[in-house]
Amino acid sequence: MTVASAFFYLFSGVMIASAFMVIAARNPVHSVLFLILAFVNASGLFILLGAEFLAMILIVVYVGAVAVLFLFVVMMLDVDFAELKQGFLQYLPVGALIGIIVALELILVVGGFTPSPGAIAAPRAPVPADVSNTMAIGLVLYTKHVYFFQAAGFVLLTAMIGAIVLTLRHRPDVKRQDVSEQNARTREQAVEIVKVPSRTGV
Amino acid sequence: MIGLTHYLIVAALLFTIGICGIILNRKNIIVILMSVELILLAVNINLVAFSSFLGDLTGQIFALFILTVAAAEAAIGLAILVTYYRNRGSIAVEDINLMKG
Repeated sequence: MTVASAFFYLFSGVMIASAFMVIAARNPVHSVLFLILAFVNASGLFILLGAEFLAMILIVVYVGAVAVLFLFVVMMLDVDFAELKQGFLQYLPVGALIGIIVALELILVVGGFTPSPGAIAAPRAPVPADVSNTMAIGLVLYTKHVYFFQAAGFVLLTAMIGAIVLTLRHRPDVKRQDVSEQNARTREQAVEIVKVPSRTGV
Repeated sequence: MIGLTHYLIVAALLFTIGICGIILNRKNIIVILMSVELILLAVNINLVAFSSFLGDLTGQIFALFILTVAAAEAAIGLAILVTYYRNRGSIAVEDINLMKG
């Protein structure tokens, strides 16, 4: 067994086990942490496949952004997760049945899969010989798929605006700074000069 | 020697675990969202494996776009979840019946 295949079995075994723990863990914080472990191992698989750029993007985007977002939401919401966990055993038979059926079908389909010779002979975007993976992706992404790239940018923009619109709220009972109102204040509004007669007070 | 089939089988197992997660954790929408992320990760592994073994970069480009869409989906889903929790004080899936759908 070569080093590469040993690493393949290590990464894929840990990834499958941690994916199982994502759906089986009682505490959703543990679920998120196992999700991070699964993503890290998947990026190891990507490196084995020679897709270094995607492996790094997986670490940065998923572990750095999405998983932290999940962690943030899980910790922010004060929910009784033990109550939500009820019904796990109730759904276990049907879940296991569907899982076994789906797994068997998928393995039967992909087990005997061989790519057609035409697909190997004429790739749409052949890998250049002497450039790095990142540069090869850039050479294809910014030329052949530039419209898809811009559409992906719009998807992200929509998601950003949507998330802000959904979660932003103006609470009326909170005191906020209003700069224009501060600047429009004059001396007459702010200061009142009172002549205090002696021994009587204001 | 590790071939294309090995990667496809690993991705198939990951996909199956994601499907099972949706079915088993039917009440906990956070775990459902995480299962959707697992399913998308399985699809990405498929695409990158095909890209690597067929010598075609298009698979990696598509995996990049799927990554983008998955990040947008997670952000929007969690934003909806936070808004829903503010309004109802609960995130149980069976309480989400405002639209009577």
